[in-house]
Amino acid sequence: MRKLLCYLKQERKEAILAPLFKLLEALLELFVPLVMAKIIDDGIAAKDTGMVLQYGGLLVLLAAIGLAFSITAQYYAAKAAVGMGAGLRSALFRKIESFSFSDLDDLGTSTLITRLTSDINQVQSGVNLVLRLFLRSPFIVFGAMIMAFTVDVKAALIFVVTIPVLSVIVFTVMLVSIPLFRKVQAALDRILLRTKENLAGARVIRAFAKEDEENANFANENEYLIRLQLFVGRISALMNPLTYIVINFAVLAVIMAGGREVYLGHLTQGKVIALVNYMASILVELVKLANLIITINKSLACAKRIEEVLVRTESMTEGDIMQAQPSEYHVEFCDVTMQYPGSAKPALTNISLQVKRGETIGIIGGTGSGKSTLVNLIPRFYDAYSGTVRVNHVDVREYTYAHLREQIGVVLQKAVLFSGTIRENLLWGNEQASDEELMAASEVAQAGDILAQKGLDGRVEEGGKNLSGGQKQRLTIARALVRNPDILILDDSASALDFATDAALRKAIAQQGKKRTVFLVSQRTSSIMHADRIIVLDDGAIAGIGTHEQLLKECAVYQEIYMSQFKKEGSHEK
Amino acid sequence: MKNKKQKETLRKIFHYMRRYLWLFFLSVLCAVAVVALTLLFPILTGKAIDLIVAKGQVDFERLRMLVLQTGAVVLLTAILQWILNMINNTMTYRIVRDIRRDAFYNMGRLPLGYIDSHSHGDMVSRIIADVDTFADGLLMGMTQLVTGLMTILGTIGFMIMIDWRVTLVVILVTPLSMFVASFIAKRTFSMFQLQSQMRGKQTALIQETIANQKTVIAFGREQKQCEQFDEINENLRKCSLRATFFSSTVNPSTRFINSLVYAGVGVCGAILAMSGGISVGQLQAFLSYASQYTKPFNEISGVVTEMQNAIACAGRIFELIEAEPETPESPDCPALEAVKGHVIADHVSFSYHPDQPLIEDFCLDVTEGSRIAIVGPTGCGKTTLINLLMRFYETDKGAFFIDGQASRNVSRHSLRTSFGMVLQETWLRHGTIRENIIMGKPDATDEEVIEAAKASHAHSFIQRLPKGYDTIIGEDGGSLSQGQKQLLCITRVMLALPPMLILDEATSSIDTRTEMRIQKAFMAMSRGRTCFIVAHRLSTIEDADLILVMKDGKIIEQGNHETLLLQHGFYEQLYNSQFAH
Repeated sequence: MRKLLCYLKQERKEAILAPLFKLLEALLELFVPLVMAKIIDDGIAAKDTGMVLQYGGLLVLLAAIGLAFSITAQYYAAKAAVGMGAGLRSALFRKIESFSFSDLDDLGTSTLITRLTSDINQVQSGVNLVLRLFLRSPFIVFGAMIMAFTVDVKAALIFVVTIPVLSVIVFTVMLVSIPLFRKVQAALDRILLRTKENLAGARVIRAFAKEDEENANFANENEYLIRLQLFVGRISALMNPLTYIVINFAVLAVIMAGGREVYLGHLTQGKVIALVNYMASILVELVKLANLIITINKSLACAKRIEEVLVRTESMTEGDIMQAQPSEYHVEFCDVTMQYPGSAKPALTNISLQVKRGETIGIIGGTGSGKSTLVNLIPRFYDAYSGTVRVNHVDVREYTYAHLREQIGVVLQKAVLFSGTIRENLLWGNEQASDEELMAASEVAQAGDILAQKGLDGRVEEGGKNLSGGQKQRLTIARALVRNPDILILDDSASALDFATDAALRKAIAQQGKKRTVFLVSQRTSSIMHADRIIVLDDGAIAGIGTHEQLLKECAVYQEIYMSQFKKEGSHEK
Repeated sequence: MKNKKQKETLRKIFHYMRRYLWLFFLSVLCAVAVVALTLLFPILTGKAIDLIVAKGQVDFERLRMLVLQTGAVVLLTAILQWILNMINNTMTYRIVRDIRRDAFYNMGRLPLGYIDSHSHGDMVSRIIADVDTFADGLLMGMTQLVTGLMTILGTIGFMIMIDWRVTLVVILVTPLSMFVASFIAKRTFSMFQLQSQMRGKQTALIQETIANQKTVIAFGREQKQCEQFDEINENLRKCSLRATFFSSTVNPSTRFINSLVYAGVGVCGAILAMSGGISVGQLQAFLSYASQYTKPFNEISGVVTEMQNAIACAGRIFELIEAEPETPESPDCPALEAVKGHVIADHVSFSYHPDQPLIEDFCLDVTEGSRIAIVGPTGCGKTTLINLLMRFYETDKGAFFIDGQASRNVSRHSLRTSFGMVLQETWLRHGTIRENIIMGKPDATDEEVIEAAKASHAHSFIQRLPKGYDTIIGEDGGSLSQGQKQLLCITRVMLALPPMLILDEATSSIDTRTEMRIQKAFMAMSRGRTCFIVAHRLSTIEDADLILVMKDGKIIEQGNHETLLLQHGFYEQLYNSQFAH
């Protein structure tokens, strides 16, 4: 919480002025019943019209000054809250941008998005409300009591009893009903889950003719929800009648006590009325306070979720090497073991490997065998658990992120494009690339036809919705090639391409003049069988390294994979 | 137009209310009583104050009587208030339950075409969020609109009873606060629009960046994205400040007007009191009426927006409730029984969009127990064929015949349960592994379940789960791998084992060795059953009895593997492209 308050500190002036002006306004409000008492006691009793008008004018004046104060307060509150919200949003976004792959895996992107949007909005409006009301309401409640004391001590004692009783009622009802409301929410979530499941599984449910059963299940949960809702309703419906009884009994008590005091000549009729009016103003403010506390509760929960992200320490620290001499072995793995946090067994165990500059390495293995993990270690998307990964004979942890990743073109498994033009997307690879370079890279990536059709200025909709899976993949490959990287990593990124395009792509990449080190990850033997060396991964360990022919002879896992794809042994090879 | 739609929606809401009409009348009755008693209170206290005149001039006996009476009124008011709340709650939540149930029931009857072509998120939000907003609006309307109106009418009545001149002051000045409120609301509307536009823009950037953060990292774009974000954020800050501040002036402004009313009543009342027109107690009653009278005015605009919102939400829900369901079938519709598995497609035509014909004049004769493989490029109509066989969609022309009976003349339930279906997209529900497996055969014994799981090669991995068959899996399979999910779906069909099978093959998300295991399971299952296999890897269907090669919704070649290769046609091309280097 302290961390978040720092962001309010930046708006210190506003955050102090807002409640201050609110208090001034409340103070003025507290004088109103007294003025009214004057009108009754001095004006009516003395039949002095001038006096009545004078006091009437005073009431209007109080209201006008109150208006000015309160609008000023609203302005400062809005400014402080909005300013804090903006600062928080920016800080949170920056923080998220600094996260590594493992931080993202750990937190999950969808929750980050809600924290950045609705949670911050909730905090912002919470702060706004607190600045405006949190001091005002208690001030009026206790102010009214103090004013009552100045009018008549005996009558004021009724206030001393009433306020705690009212508070107990208001807060008990709230405290009891808040957890119940949470239960209602949980019941609603269950209904939501069931609805979602039924939509996603519509085919299966109908194939098994389960509609009636589903309806019955839904009806049950629906019934449970309404029973909970009614139960909560019964409790929260107590608040108004109970407070009504207490406050009005108190008013009657004030009248009785007031009557006695007036009889004895300690009080006037007008002052009794003032006391009654003070009593009436207490309830309104207490209810406001109760509602405010609900909002604060919600905002606090959101604030906590935001803070969790803000105080998180990044799991990787950046190195500082900006330059490295090219070495004979371009990429090296030295006894690398990798284990994702929270998983029971390592994804990679004791991998050692040296890759020469210009080599093309194929990586194959079943799902979960560690293929992606292996290549993700090169641009340091993750840090190895033990052992080192080196590029140009320098530990990847010693490079700055920018310098390390500049040399590497990565095409991730999931083809991601951003809304904008095709040119804007390709320029991600290299801000300075000319149109010719973009076109050339697209040709190599077999995306020439997409550009011919849509042009560099063709729109890409959010998430690349207007492109097919294959088109997206080819454009993401082009984007990586625009970078003209020393190391190119294709992480199963041709899966949506048909065999012919896949083959043409590999050929074109090989024909590019540059002496480039390429890592090809695939599940298809056909995609990697022409690599200089093939690494066969099985359950996180290297089951074999060699050329296609060598592996076919020596490596059982590779044979099995190959057979599963080329059933008729030998007959279609080549 | 919009009005008409609103009226229509209102009519439907009343239709749902009709079942609880007696509750509604009771609610109105209670509301009238509560308001009347609440308004009686200031009069009674006013009278009490009038008994307290000055030193030595207090009529204690009458005062005590009056206070006791008033106390009784207060108690009665509170009790009625509570009853009123309960009635409103009961009625609202029951109506909402009915609406939600009807929406869900209809969802289960909608044609698959509707479900496929509408966003699921949108439908879910109709059943959950919209119904909730509707409930809130209805409840608010019930509690505040009725009592609000009563309060306004009641106060005017009571005030006129005391003195019409002061009443005039109240009635004339109060509308000012509504005027001011609507004036500000109108001015701020565009500011709020701007704010939500900005928010939308920002959210889009956030979504895109963070959901694809790995790509952002890979290309080192973090700084650039931050700059873009800050620019929008700064604009948003400005918009928000304006919208927040200007809208928050409503409250002080209306309060100011209320204060003016208060002052006006005080002054006029006092002057009247001097000439003996009203008593001091009546003046006090007036003062409290003045604030009670203005309250519903201040709230009413909020209530109206809330109600309009509720009606809009109700409209969206009714769209779902009234969406055309699958054509109902008569109760005496014959069931498909003792199916042997002879399937005929007789000149079937079908298209999703009338202007884009897909399947045209499709004919096929499948003998009992044969294995039919369907191959072809993406979008050629393979999945559509399954949709038609299962009657998820109805054919436009022609018909399918099962054992000589037209599939559209038998009941959907019997038709669909005659097929065992394993789709590419696995579907598992939140629940135990066992619950998921026995979907097709709820009365299966544990032995049968285990036997089925062994046959589908799922037993070994299930055993390794923390609680075996009682392990609870999350929504959509939760932490299971794609291959494991697929195996569970196969087990599910394996257990029920209907006379015909539809197998949509595993995709690239499963590695080839797992796939071979799944293949084996498929084979075990399909023995002796008519079986349709949608194939993605040709190597797996070479021994099918009949291979249908589809392209653009038509069968362009058919035969077994060898004869098709000999034809040197599209199949050969497809087949060889797998091995292209």
